Amino acid sequence: MSTLGEKVKKIRSKNAGPFWITVDVFCGDKKVYKDIRNKLKNSKISSLFMISEQDLNRFEIDNLNVIKFSFPRKTIQGDIFDRDMHGAQLAVLLSEMKF
Amino acid sequence: MIPIKVLVPSGVLGLGFNYEALRCGIKNNPDIISIDGGSTDSGPYSLGSGTSKYSRAAIKAEWKSLMIARAEANVPLVIGSCGTCGTNGMVDWMENITIELAEELNQHLKIAKLYCDQEKNYIKKSYKLNKILPLNPAPKLNNKLIDEMTNIVALAGAEQIQECINTGADIILAGRTTDTAIISALPLMKGAHPGSSWHGAKVAECGALCSTNPTSGVVMVEFDKTGFTVEPMSKNAYCTSETVAAHMLYENADPYILHEPGGFMDVTYSNYYNIDKKKVRVEGATWNPSKNYRVKLEGAKIAGHQTSLLVLLRDNNYVKNIKKWTDKLSTFLKKEIEERMDINTSEYSIEFRHIGYNSILGELEKNQGSPVEVGVLCLITSKNKISTEIAKLINPFLLHFPLSTNEELPTFAFPFSPVHSDRGCVYKFALNHILELDNPMDAFQIKILEV
Repeated sequence: MSTLGEKVKKIRSKNAGPFWITVDVFCGDKKVYKDIRNKLKNSKISSLFMISEQDLNRFEIDNLNVIKFSFPRKTIQGDIFDRDMHGAQLAVLLSEMKF
Repeated sequence: MIPIKVLVPSGVLGLGFNYEALRCGIKNNPDIISIDGGSTDSGPYSLGSGTSKYSRAAIKAEWKSLMIARAEANVPLVIGSCGTCGTNGMVDWMENITIELAEELNQHLKIAKLYCDQEKNYIKKSYKLNKILPLNPAPKLNNKLIDEMTNIVALAGAEQIQECINTGADIILAGRTTDTAIISALPLMKGAHPGSSWHGAKVAECGALCSTNPTSGVVMVEFDKTGFTVEPMSKNAYCTSETVAAHMLYENADPYILHEPGGFMDVTYSNYYNIDKKKVRVEGATWNPSKNYRVKLEGAKIAGHQTSLLVLLRDNNYVKNIKKWTDKLSTFLKKEIEERMDINTSEYSIEFRHIGYNSILGELEKNQGSPVEVGVLCLITSKNKISTEIAKLINPFLLHFPLSTNEELPTFAFPFSPVHSDRGCVYKFALNHILELDNPMDAFQIKILEV
């Protein structure tokens, strides 16, 4: 079994303002995009980031072969218990996910 | 006046850009030069303390080349969100740099300053009148929280920048402004397509990040009645329909919608296509005005005083049992601090982060490797300056605390003397709200000066 990161072109995460995180999965081509779009379940993503499924927003952007997830930060950016100011390392969780 | 050309030298002043590309941009006759000066992306410290993230020297060096370029092009130069956070103090800081440079360069200038600071009484009054509405998620607002904030700013939009442009200023130093408004203001004023004015501004807000060569910085956007065209100014940068379309995803929770003062932009039905190897043409975005004019608020308050300590452990037994070690240490320290300093856990927090195990992802970490060494970062945050004293109390235990009672006292590695580092005040973002205004200028002020 390979990881999601090995299947796609790029996965990145970043703050979308101090209160949100957004994760972009660039699938690379239509075939991979369709395959991942169908198999990547919201329940899996929400458990990976330990958030409720209702808080997870999902966008499927056909023309870019991108699947995008946005959710509120568990810790406000830069608050004393925040561990990653820019939220850019969170993408690793998706990259290393068995797929 | 259509088309309108906006030259964007880079995503933010202080990050650097390609000077040759800037010269190329000036040769292409821009109508305005617009650059962003700030962001919340580095955290709450800048707004909380009212200071710039970038060094004054870096800002001055880059601003100098933009002031020279502006004089050559003889068009307005606009900077939004001066000094990272865009407080009045940072607008004045930028004014000070501009005056110094005007003297050095022997330039005679009309400068417009846009102030975006919000007085606490005004915010309290607006809150009482239900003019302040929470976004999702938002801290619970009340008068106490408003009093605790060190700085509150409102994000200016195109309307306030247009007021500044109308003064005939050569240079506009704006406080906190949306990244896009400094770019969209002039095209909107001159009758360019509203949806495309905002969309083109969003595409160019990070400079050449919308191209194949992000660090080259400089892009030109040309706005007209039906859409916009974007082109990077560096020889080695290219815009493709994909790099341009993909920029809507960047730092944006919704890839189709962008909220701005006075409404929102929707790019759901936008079309992107390459005109040539470098240029991309985009049409189809819509602008949807809201019934009431609203601006976003940002505020920060002091979260506490913070002191950090770092200890490194190489002993295999301790590396393997690091969580157990810090759990035991934590329980022990709580008791020591209460007994010896007479302060309880409501007045401070201590956190241990295990560098080498899960210091970045914390409880989300899935991959438990076996590091040869581990760093323990200890963070103490207290309401007053007692965090330094707590750190000094902790120091010997961090060095010698044993896992079991029947062993010789261990000694771990301290990389520094002194061990503790006072981090001073740390801050917290305290607002995710919008403010309703009867008139766009109600929460903003313009000051003009000539040098």
